[in-house]
Amino acid sequence: MSSLLSRFAEASFWLARYVERAENLARILDVNETFARDERGESDWLPILKLHCDEERFAGHYREAEATNVVRFYIVDESNPNSIRCLIRAARENARSIRHLISLETWAQLNIFYNWVAGLSRRNVRLSDLSRLCGRIKEGCQLHYGIATGTLYRDQIWSFYRLGTFLELCDQTTRLVDIKYHALLPRYDDVGSPVDVAQWNALLRSASAYHGYRRVYPHEMTPITVAGFILLNPRFPRSITHCANEIRRHIAELLGNTELGHVSFAPPALDALAELAAWTPTQVIGYGLHEYLDQVQLRLIELGEAIDDTFFLARYSAA
Amino acid sequence: MRPPASELFAHYDSGGFYCEMFGPPGSEPLPHTAPIRSRLARLRPSTLTRRARATDRELFNLGITFTVYSDRNAIDRVLPFDVIPRVISAADWRTIESGCIQRVTAINRFIHDVYHEQKIIRDGIVPAELVLGNANYRPEMQGLDLPFGTYVSIAGIDIVRDTDGTYRVLEDNARTPSGVSYVVENRHLMLRAFPDLADRIGIRQVSNYGMKLRDGLAEIAPAGVDQPRIVLLSPGVFNSAYFEHVFLAREMGVPLVEGRDLIVDGGLVQMKTTGGLKQVDVIYRRIDDDFLDPLRFNPESMLGVRGLFEVYREGRVMLANAVGTGVADDKALYAYMPRIIRYYMDEDAILDNVETHLCREPEGLAYTLAHMEELVVKPVGESGGYGVVVGPRATSEEIAEARQRIEANPANYISQPMVGLSVSPTLVDGGIEPRHVDLRPYVITGRQSWVLPGGLTRVALRRGSLVVNSSQGGGTKDTWVLE
Repeated sequence: MSSLLSRFAEASFWLARYVERAENLARILDVNETFARDERGESDWLPILKLHCDEERFAGHYREAEATNVVRFYIVDESNPNSIRCLIRAARENARSIRHLISLETWAQLNIFYNWVAGLSRRNVRLSDLSRLCGRIKEGCQLHYGIATGTLYRDQIWSFYRLGTFLELCDQTTRLVDIKYHALLPRYDDVGSPVDVAQWNALLRSASAYHGYRRVYPHEMTPITVAGFILLNPRFPRSITHCANEIRRHIAELLGNTELGHVSFAPPALDALAELAAWTPTQVIGYGLHEYLDQVQLRLIELGEAIDDTFFLARYSAA
Repeated sequence: MRPPASELFAHYDSGGFYCEMFGPPGSEPLPHTAPIRSRLARLRPSTLTRRARATDRELFNLGITFTVYSDRNAIDRVLPFDVIPRVISAADWRTIESGCIQRVTAINRFIHDVYHEQKIIRDGIVPAELVLGNANYRPEMQGLDLPFGTYVSIAGIDIVRDTDGTYRVLEDNARTPSGVSYVVENRHLMLRAFPDLADRIGIRQVSNYGMKLRDGLAEIAPAGVDQPRIVLLSPGVFNSAYFEHVFLAREMGVPLVEGRDLIVDGGLVQMKTTGGLKQVDVIYRRIDDDFLDPLRFNPESMLGVRGLFEVYREGRVMLANAVGTGVADDKALYAYMPRIIRYYMDEDAILDNVETHLCREPEGLAYTLAHMEELVVKPVGESGGYGVVVGPRATSEEIAEARQRIEANPANYISQPMVGLSVSPTLVDGGIEPRHVDLRPYVITGRQSWVLPGGLTRVALRRGSLVVNSSQGGGTKDTWVLE
C-alpha cells in the first residue's frame, strides 16, 4: 500500500519540528546565559519571553523574569507547552504514532532521551550548570537526527520529516538572530564596541557558526557580516538560504512520488521565501533586520498552512 | 543405545484431568504426541529454562506486548509464553474445524434471520425477549442485506476439554475476538527457539492468516468493487490490543487507520492521505458498535466516523464484523446454540455446549434446584462473573440465597456443571507440571468459512487455577495441529 495517511505524514513532520525546536531552545537559553556573563553585567531575559509570546503565561506562574525562573520555565515546566520537556514529549508521542513506520533505533533513542528529560527536576536546572545541561539536550536532539537520517526509509515519511526539519530550523534561525536584535539594536551606538563584538561572537558560537564564519571572514566581525553569514550563507546549514533550498528540494522529491503525481503544490509563500533567501546582507540591514526576519517568519507560517491544507487535509478536520 | 530416561516427564502427573500430551488419566500416552515427547525428554530442564528465558527476552525486544495502564504511566507487558506446545491430532482437528464452521454458519444464518423475518422467534425456538431485549440487538440493522449473509467475518470460538476428553464450546465470540496475533507470533518464536523440536513433525502452518483474512474481507466488498481498498480501524495507540492491530494491518498489507483518518464525503467513506481523499470499501473495525458512528450510536464517541452507518446502510462500505452481531454471542443465547444449529442446518451440533440448564424451562428449573451443590449458577444478563454461584465451593447460606433468587425470577438464570478443564505440561520453576488450558480457534468467513489450523491456547499459570485470562495470570502456548 503506497498511499500514506495524512496523520502519519503530519506526525513525521511534527516529530522533526519538535526535536528541532527543542534543540534551538537549548541554544537560545545557552546564548542568553552567555550574554549575561559579559561586561554589561545584568542580563535581560525578557526578550526570550517576548520572542515566544510567553510573557502572559510566564507571569501567571512566576513573579519576575529572573534568570533561574525563565530557564526553569523553558526546560522543565509542565505548564509551559513550549518547555523542552513538553516539546520532547510531543516529539515522542508523534514518534509513537508512527512507530511502525520508523526504525526501532529512532524510537528507542527518543524514548530514552525523553525519560531523561522527564526525570530532570527544578533543582537540576541551575544557572551555574546551564551550559552543560543545554549541551546535553542539544546532543540528545542531534543524536536523534543522526539515527533518523541513518535509518529512515526514503519514502514520503522521510520527505515530511525533512520538510519539518527545515521549516522549523529556518524559523528558529530567525528567532536566534532576533534575540540579538532585541538585545542590541535599540542601542545602535554600541555597534562595533567590544561588548558588541563579544556578543556577536557568542551568537556565532551558539549557532555552531563560529568556525565556518572565521574561514570566510578571518578578520572582520560586523553586524552585516555576522547576520549575513548566519542568515544568508547557502553553505551554512542553519541559514535561511540553505533551509529554503532544502525545503524546495524536498517538496520536489515529495511530488515525484507516483501516488502524489496528481497533486499540485506551488503556494506563493514558497517563491516568496526563495526570494527573501536571495537578498544580500546589505539589503537586509537597509530594510531593517527585525522587519526582514518578520517577513521570513510570515512566509514560513503561510507555507506551513499550505502544507496543512494540501497534504494533511486540514480542511476536513472537525473544527 | 537407548535414549536417556525421560527426566523431564519423570515426575509428571496430570492430577486426574485429561492431559493434552498424555491423554486420559491412567491410559497409555497418546500415540500422536510420541515424537514430541521423546524429543522433549532429551532436553534437560535447565536447557528448557534457558531457551524459555531467551523467548521471553525476544518477545519484549520485538515489542510483542500488551499495555497495562496505571494512572499516568503506560507499561508494556509481555504475555507470558510457555515453551511446551499444545498438540492436537489431525482427527481431533477435523472435529474442531467442522464444528467451528457449523457453528459460525448457524450464527450467520441466525443473525440474518434476526435482522429480517425473525422466523426463529415466530417458530418459538428462541424467546423474543432474549433477542429483542438484548442490549446488543441493533434495530437499525433490520432489513439490511449483506454479501453472502456474512455478518461474522471473524469469529473466535472458545473451546475447553472435559475430563473424558470431549471438546465443548464455552463461548462464541462474534464481535471483535482478539489474540490471533499471538498465534502467529508464538509459532515464529517457537520455530526460532526450538527448531529441533518442530523439525519434520508435520505441523500445519499458521503464517498465512493475514492473507486469508484479507481474502475474506475482499469477498464481502460492496457489489461492483473490483479491487477493494481495505483498512483496519483501530481505537489508537492507547488500546491494549494496539500491537495486534499493527500486526494484522502489516500482515494484510492494509493501512491502519483511526476514526479521525476517515470522513464521509460524497456518500462514501474516504481516507485522508497525502495524495488526497481515497475511497474505502471494507473496514475491519476493532472498535465496538457503540463507538462506530457518533451520529447513530454513542454521540460522545471520539473514535468513530460521523455518518459511517448511513453509508453502510446504503451498501457503499462494508464492515467486518457487521453491526449488531453481539446479539449472537450473548451468554443467554449460548444455551440455545444447539437448537439454533438444528433449526437452521437440520444437523446436531458437532461440538457440544457445556451442558446448560435453562431455569426458564420447568425441567431445567427442577434439575437446577435439585442439584444446587454440584452446579455453577449464572445470571444470564450479567457479565464478568457477577452473580455467579459455584455450588461445590459455596456455603449452604449462599446456596439458599441463590435458590431464592432463582425461584423469584427463573428466566434470569442458567446452571452448568463445573468443567474440569484439560491440562497441558507446562514449564514452572525448572520443572514440568500440569496447568489448565483452553483453546480459541479463529474462523474467517467471506463467501465461505475457513478455520486457521491452530488457535490460541491460553494456559492458567497458577497451580490449580482454571482462569486463563491474561489479566489474571494467564499465558499462552504454541498450538500444533498435526498434518
